[in-house]
Amino acid sequence: MISLTSPIETRAHSWSAGFKLAALCLSTLVLFSIHSLIIQITFLTVVITLYALPGLVFMRYGLSKLSILWPFIVVVFAWHLWISELLQGCTIIMRMICAVALANLVTMTTRLSDMIDVVRFLTQPLQRFGLNPRILELAIALVIRMTPVLLDKGQCLAMAWRARSTRRSGWKIILPFTLIALDDADHVAEALRARGGLTNLEKN
Amino acid sequence: MEKNIAYIALFAALIAALGLVPKITLAFGVPITAQSLGIMLCGTILGAKRGGLAVLLFLLLVAIGLPLLSGGSGGLGVFVSASAGFLLAWPLAAFVTGLIVEKWRSGSLAIVAAIASVVGCVIVMYIFGIIGMAIVLDKTLLQAAGFVTAFIPGDIIKAVIAGLLTSAIAKARPASMLSRPAHNNTV
Repeated sequence: MISLTSPIETRAHSWSAGFKLAALCLSTLVLFSIHSLIIQITFLTVVITLYALPGLVFMRYGLSKLSILWPFIVVVFAWHLWISELLQGCTIIMRMICAVALANLVTMTTRLSDMIDVVRFLTQPLQRFGLNPRILELAIALVIRMTPVLLDKGQCLAMAWRARSTRRSGWKIILPFTLIALDDADHVAEALRARGGLTNLEKN
Repeated sequence: MEKNIAYIALFAALIAALGLVPKITLAFGVPITAQSLGIMLCGTILGAKRGGLAVLLFLLLVAIGLPLLSGGSGGLGVFVSASAGFLLAWPLAAFVTGLIVEKWRSGSLAIVAAIASVVGCVIVMYIFGIIGMAIVLDKTLLQAAGFVTAFIPGDIIKAVIAGLLTSAIAKARPASMLSRPAHNNTV
């Protein structure tokens, strides 16, 4: 499974994930409390510079990830054009782009294993309520392993449908797909039990 | 316990897989993403607690940087964009959907599951989604609601489909209906 971490090594890759996440929370809070357009423009310039520092390939990839925002940008822009408060509209759009770009930057410069370490650290207090962090880690690993397996099986299912029918499968194919997932879940549960189950995990 | 973990993990994987399959086109040409259908099924099949946990696990994986959302997006950015409210409401939506299916034992499962999906994954989700959108886009709740009403009919259709799927799954795999443990009596 490919994570969204950038393969281009940046200096930020070696920074502590906890520090990056804390800085992200703080800067997002600051962003949402500022209503001045000039400060937002400055913020956006800084963010774009951060994207530009590791090189063109990094920047192009990073900025392409912001394309999910365009429907909101269009709606907000059109709305503010209509009520003739374009300046306010631009502030809102810039703030949103900044917030998402900064968050994506943290994702792009933090390895999956470092993120999982942060999750482990954050879930440590839950141990008092009976949640074993190792069970959560097992669940994360299971999802990462089983998603491509399910996708493969889903593609086989779609091919089997196409081999038998000229019509599109539509939503009906989700039924056998879910049944496959349920059967896999039963097999995985059985396999876990056969290997000593979760009690074994807790002992280790 | 192993069964719980396996079901929660597999349903999180199912939500991911449903987001990565190409868009499904309904009979009358309306394209839908199947991901929100996955959230509904989490609630109706796994029940409140496990369904909510499966969705929470899925969101955790998205947050730590896996591209599992519809269209291959993910990472921390999606949690601060204008649609973040919808995303953050997903676990609660699955929980409410599951709770209704667990408690409402009379009548046809298809209808109960469809109504549960409308309440949990349309009403609850839109309330949070609209609040989130109002905050990020600096709009009033009414204005934010105006931006998203166009998507409500599609989600209601999905809820009906979720109802039909749930009842078919209950017939095919009664032992897997963790939301209705009574079905397990047959096993």
